[in-house]
Amino acid sequence: MDYVVEMLNITRDFPGIRANDDITFQLKKGEIHALLGENGAGKSTLMSILFGLYLPTKGRIKIKGQEVQIHDPHVANQLGIGMVHQHFKLVENFTVAENIVLGSEPKKSFGRLDIEKAREGVRETSDKYGLKVDPDARIEDISVGIQQRVEILKMLYRQADILIFDEPTAVLTPQEIDDLMAIMRAFAKEGKSIILITHKLKEIKAVADTCTVLRRGKQVGTVKVDDVSEKDLAEMMVGREVFFQVDKPPREPGDKVVEIKDLVVKSNRGLEVVKHLSLDIHKGEILGLAGIDGNGQSELVEALSGLRPVESGQIILNGRDLAPYSIREVTEAGVGHIPQDRHKYGLVLDFRLDENLVLQTYYQAPFSKRGVLDQEKIAEKSQQIMEEFDVRTGGGAGTVARSMSGGNQQKAILGREIDRSPAFLIAAQPTRGLDVGAIEYIHNRLVAEREKERAILLVSLELDEILNISDRIAVIYEGKIVGILDPEKTNEKEIGLLMSGSGKAGEADE
Amino acid sequence: MSKLKHLLLDESKYKITVPIIAILLSFLIATIVMVFTGINPVGAFKALIRTMTGINMDQLFTDKMYNARYLGEFLTTALPITMTGIAVAFAFRTGLFNIGAEGQLMVGAMAATIVSILLDLPMIVHLPLVVLSAAAAGAAWGFVPGFLKARFNVHEVVVTIMMNYTALHMSNYVLKSLPGSDQVKTVKSLPSGTFQSDFLKALTNNSRFHWGFVVVILSLIIFWFIIEKTSFGFELRSVGFNPHASRYAGMKVTRNMVFSMMISGAFAGIGGAMLSIGTFNYGRVLVGFENYGFDGIAVALLGGNTAVGVFLSGLLFGGLKSAQPLMQANQIPMEIAKIISSLIVLFVAMKYGFEMLLRLYAKQQLKEEE
Repeated sequence: MDYVVEMLNITRDFPGIRANDDITFQLKKGEIHALLGENGAGKSTLMSILFGLYLPTKGRIKIKGQEVQIHDPHVANQLGIGMVHQHFKLVENFTVAENIVLGSEPKKSFGRLDIEKAREGVRETSDKYGLKVDPDARIEDISVGIQQRVEILKMLYRQADILIFDEPTAVLTPQEIDDLMAIMRAFAKEGKSIILITHKLKEIKAVADTCTVLRRGKQVGTVKVDDVSEKDLAEMMVGREVFFQVDKPPREPGDKVVEIKDLVVKSNRGLEVVKHLSLDIHKGEILGLAGIDGNGQSELVEALSGLRPVESGQIILNGRDLAPYSIREVTEAGVGHIPQDRHKYGLVLDFRLDENLVLQTYYQAPFSKRGVLDQEKIAEKSQQIMEEFDVRTGGGAGTVARSMSGGNQQKAILGREIDRSPAFLIAAQPTRGLDVGAIEYIHNRLVAEREKERAILLVSLELDEILNISDRIAVIYEGKIVGILDPEKTNEKEIGLLMSGSGKAGEADE
Repeated sequence: MSKLKHLLLDESKYKITVPIIAILLSFLIATIVMVFTGINPVGAFKALIRTMTGINMDQLFTDKMYNARYLGEFLTTALPITMTGIAVAFAFRTGLFNIGAEGQLMVGAMAATIVSILLDLPMIVHLPLVVLSAAAAGAAWGFVPGFLKARFNVHEVVVTIMMNYTALHMSNYVLKSLPGSDQVKTVKSLPSGTFQSDFLKALTNNSRFHWGFVVVILSLIIFWFIIEKTSFGFELRSVGFNPHASRYAGMKVTRNMVFSMMISGAFAGIGGAMLSIGTFNYGRVLVGFENYGFDGIAVALLGGNTAVGVFLSGLLFGGLKSAQPLMQANQIPMEIAKIISSLIVLFVAMKYGFEMLLRLYAKQQLKEEE
């Protein structure tokens, strides 16, 4: 069998760490080959080597049988390697066609740009694969799913036949994911070879032929996808047994804790993005808020936590309207908030862990007396949270937050927010970017808080997560709740349709 | 030997070992420069020792061995740059880069001169009032960049640089307009409004040493206390490092940023008082910048932005600065002292490089042990 890509015995060292250790990765022609691993397992490093961003410390690379030195991305392009990055690299205020030809523009005489030819080329390729992309649309006006297709077109336009997809489904709705899978299959059929970087097992089962699993920089194995189950793959990835289903005893919801009434919130650009939204959250329940990114979730969460002003409406927590409160007053009223961007909002990265653990409470007794900090009390509190929430660091409570792993940073935030004993906990994408172990831990912890009669709002873009741990699911679309569902009686398809605005509305339970 | 090795390998001590390596290397390279240019390095070091201790190595065990005047002059030189060092370090600790200590120092000096000349009060009221007005003027000069940064996200470096020029020309204009001023200086301050002390003069063989040192020590303690010990300092640091997370945690970001810059400015302003009612007892019309602000950056950098560090590095840079005239008198170009100061700054700025080398060394040691 011919291999189009052969990465043989690749080792790559970074100061203090071996990111890839003797990895052999072989891609056949017309194959979809998944690259599976947790964060930090070395997937990105390996692909960066293939794409010419890093040189390997040891090892050889062969493309279509020829040994090559890929010392920068241009070489990779010439060899027919294209990559759809996780964060798209598009110029927002250019059109689709302009973005696609950027860097290899068709020219008329005197070096003038031949935009007609570019548009035609784009339309042709788009039609050929049924991508349905309008070459004249501006990037800022099209959805994330279409933007991704623009990235795909960009590769095709450059005649790439080895396509790398880096976590391509993270930003898509379930329907869009299905479409993408179909597109990938069509490419493979045509003889293009595809590398799919992911940590989602379901997608691998759905679309990939072969799967290479990495763990901590080492190759765990390469398997035929048909021969293994999702559970097998998960165990290869994590290195131990994994439980997908969170153990969650059924329970009756208690009294209403939070009542959101007719809430209106504006975005940074001054547009109404939360439009007369009403929602209740009860004692001892996890309410999952599902929706495609950008439908008002972020603004809703910011309004609930006081970070964003409320235009009209009420946020009633145990009988008190929090809408006019400042952030500190909301915090003091017992609202905990795990922010979706933990580096921007959750932590002061240059502070020590113990300082981060008292970020909202430093001015209160016992941590501060007449304006003077009590380091001993702060140390005690940090120790307690670190033990209770299994926060592991290199240098104890004095470790600078920046040097901690993502999972431990998130555990620290989770611990801090839960420990402040809020009546109401908002968890915005609490497991984003974390590895399986940390995700499992955080899910179990949230369920445990539910047992303690706390009201929890879980905002997530991962449907699996929502289905897995919610007691009720609310679907948000264009700033409104378009449906409230019982996770036992619904499925991804129904939620997906509601998320994209085309499902039946009006199932709300009030 | 193994003790030294231990110290070098201890990562938690890098904060101390790296500056010391920087200083030693600077002296070493300066020595090499002197040897190659035909200057006797011993003379330079003798001058430095004499400046910082008052001991004349050429006249050991004679009655000319010790002259406290050198010590007094050296400390006098160290005072204003220690103050600007505190100012810059305070700003750094709260996430700001105060490159405008120079201007804040000038307006502080100006305010101190005005209050010390125009008001006639008993010393117990007058002197504190003079110092406070210097602090207030510096704080006002810090308020502008602080406010512009907090409100409109204008970078403080740009604003403070421009404010330095404004300070230079405005204070010159104001000082010249005071009653009795000529083109280069004002009249003398009233004795009740200055740091000057016959007692300290007598103690240091008629140097210009003055009571300002008490204020400097108090400032160091206040700096340490606010930053390390108070919840106010916690807030200032938090806002400086991550305004978003601070807002999320319920802190008032705008207000705190302005406070940080004002406090930094106040320290620099007091540094101005060290000059106008301490070293001198009149206001000076300046031709250009005297680089006290930039010296402050060097002091803060070498001192690792801590109170103890600023204290020690203020002394070192003060020594290098005040050794220059004596070097010149001994036929050693005073640029040697400047070369040493500059090399120290250069090497401290390379601290990541040193840390990397030390880590490499540590790794090697580990391998050898295996």
